Amino acid sequence: MTSLSRRSRISSLIPQTIMFLFALISIVITLGIAVILITESYLFFRDPAVNVWGFLTGKEWQPMIDKFGFLPLLNATLTTSVIAMSLGIPVGLSVAIYLGEYASDRTRAILKPVLEVLAGIPTIVYGYFALTFMTPLLRSIFGEGVVEIYNTASAGLVIGILVLPMIATMAEDAIGAVPKELRLASYALGGTKLETTFKVVIPAALSGLSATFLLALSRAIGETMVVALAAGAGPNLTANPFEAAETITGYIVRISGGDVSYNSVDYNSIFALGLVLFIITFTLNLISRKISNKFHQEYE
Amino acid sequence: MAITSAFGEAKDIRNLVEARKRAGIAWQVVFTFATALAVLFLMLLIGSIIDSVFGYTVILNEVDPSVVVEGKDKLEDFTRDELITAAEERLSAGILRRVEYEQPLLKRSDKDLRILVEQYVIKPKALKTWTLSESLMHKDEVMAFTAANERSHMVFRSWLTPEFVVADQSSDPLKAGIRTALLGSLWIILITFLFAFPIGVGAAIYLQEYAKDNRLNRMLQLNIFNLSAVPSIIYGLLGLALFVRAMEPLTSGSLFSNVVDNTANGRTILSGGLTLGLLVLPIIIINTQEALKAVPDSLRMSSYGIGATKWQTIWYQVLPVSIDRILTGTILALSRALGETAPLVVIGASTFISVDPSGIFSKFTTLPIQIYQWSARPQGAYRNIAAAAIVSLLILLLVMNSAAIYTRDKIARKKRLEA
Repeated sequence: MTSLSRRSRISSLIPQTIMFLFALISIVITLGIAVILITESYLFFRDPAVNVWGFLTGKEWQPMIDKFGFLPLLNATLTTSVIAMSLGIPVGLSVAIYLGEYASDRTRAILKPVLEVLAGIPTIVYGYFALTFMTPLLRSIFGEGVVEIYNTASAGLVIGILVLPMIATMAEDAIGAVPKELRLASYALGGTKLETTFKVVIPAALSGLSATFLLALSRAIGETMVVALAAGAGPNLTANPFEAAETITGYIVRISGGDVSYNSVDYNSIFALGLVLFIITFTLNLISRKISNKFHQEYE
Repeated sequence: MAITSAFGEAKDIRNLVEARKRAGIAWQVVFTFATALAVLFLMLLIGSIIDSVFGYTVILNEVDPSVVVEGKDKLEDFTRDELITAAEERLSAGILRRVEYEQPLLKRSDKDLRILVEQYVIKPKALKTWTLSESLMHKDEVMAFTAANERSHMVFRSWLTPEFVVADQSSDPLKAGIRTALLGSLWIILITFLFAFPIGVGAAIYLQEYAKDNRLNRMLQLNIFNLSAVPSIIYGLLGLALFVRAMEPLTSGSLFSNVVDNTANGRTILSGGLTLGLLVLPIIIINTQEALKAVPDSLRMSSYGIGATKWQTIWYQVLPVSIDRILTGTILALSRALGETAPLVVIGASTFISVDPSGIFSKFTTLPIQIYQWSARPQGAYRNIAAAAIVSLLILLLVMNSAAIYTRDKIARKKRLEA
């Protein structure tokens, strides 16, 4: 009797251990990313041509002449992301409000798959769309002299479309998590549907919504193929969204796609930029997750 | 006597109510409009791609077929004898010797001969291409262009054809195809699946079935959510440093055999598949956890009740009922991997490859990379084949997703019948 129970305990322990190790792999991946980015960045910053301060504040990124200031790249990344957010957030939130508060079940049944299809289309297709549709459209509206063939506005707008389904879906979840009692209380006080939405539901869902927006921002900052195709290939510190400017991700893709020898400054620089990108997005994700967890505790 | 309240007179209150109602309607229009905009975006996206797949192309032949054989304007009208004569007379001696060495002309099929004559004698070149909408609305422009270019002719062409799917990669957009890229994509997905599926499901089982609510497990869970939102290009950097460089002897296959082609330098299908495996792992874990969460606790309890161990309960009860959802979640994660471009570009997937991948140690290119390469070129015809490749990719994704839904429904039905 004892031997039987011990045997089954051991045979139960083996799979448990294996699966625990599998779960640990996720930590190993995170550590792996951090270790690799940090060690390769260390090689980059050890190079005599590079120093951390110059990297963070330099206004010129020209590896050919040993200028490694990452502000132009960061600026382009922020430009595309801000444009993306200014399209994605209002439209995405409106879609979420429409789906959550106004749409009939039948309309929802039609619209949800549309969002799913939009979300399932590979980003490279969005890049093609930016290049062959959005850019010509912008050029025909603002004039070919104003809008360059490669520009951050086109890339940003298309990234906005790309994050739209994600914002709409997550925002709708956040709105849906607001208890019905709050809405009914507002109606009982004579609030209209709109007033209930704006003054009760959205404030109540605010933490869930901000978690959504942060995650979308992180997605926009990390988006690569759209900017690689449409934003231009050459660092450019400019505030004009109609000019070509290379983003952090665009630069990483261009350099690694070319023939760069290992251990050159160029090669190491993509890891340093990767580290910056990782820190920014990881922080955004972490804050988003914390807010979202808190939000769920509030209503559960 | 007018009714007054804290809000003012009755008339004012009524006006206020009207204004509030109007505001409600105005905003509802805004919300509806935004939703319509989202639908419009999808339609524009699909439409702009379809638009580039069909359209007029103006083609210039280096030698017109009517010059090769008097009175025949099309290569399709040539007889077998005429094709052989044309090849023998017009191919340069060097090319003819090479072609004969590969396979004698007389033993080649008609189709093969026609391709040969087209490639080496006629040499068609796309001068300019038009999209479908341009072709329909500005046909005069196309005709004017054709008239302005001597000896050229216009054809209405679908860039997505069965030949396009099975043809080699080529620097000539009229002949280029996606076979190599398609095979590369399928190989990559296979490796990704074999690597990420067992580990992902295992990790999910641990987190959902075994893990107690303690600090370590909460950290694991938070970490997995974070990983799922890390930009894919970061995984590319990880793959580049880890699989391509550090594990090069393993991923290039030189550890196992000396005869392996070493030009890949670790930039192999194995490296690519593992990189995407890391990328989809958190997604598979999260999707599997959702599947396991959907299994009712009563099932677990009844299994324990008849004396089953935890593992027996998981293996014989929980997994069989949740496997359909797990598979659906996995297929969705794999379709994400299928569309990924950035990480594979970063690990240095070669750009021009005309040799089909033969195993996990081969160099490779994939459909999204091929689309990226073609889209990035400024010449018109590359845009057209990029669109054709996009349609192929979207069809492949559609097939995968339909398969996911089909398996889910089928297994669900079978289970209902058994119950």
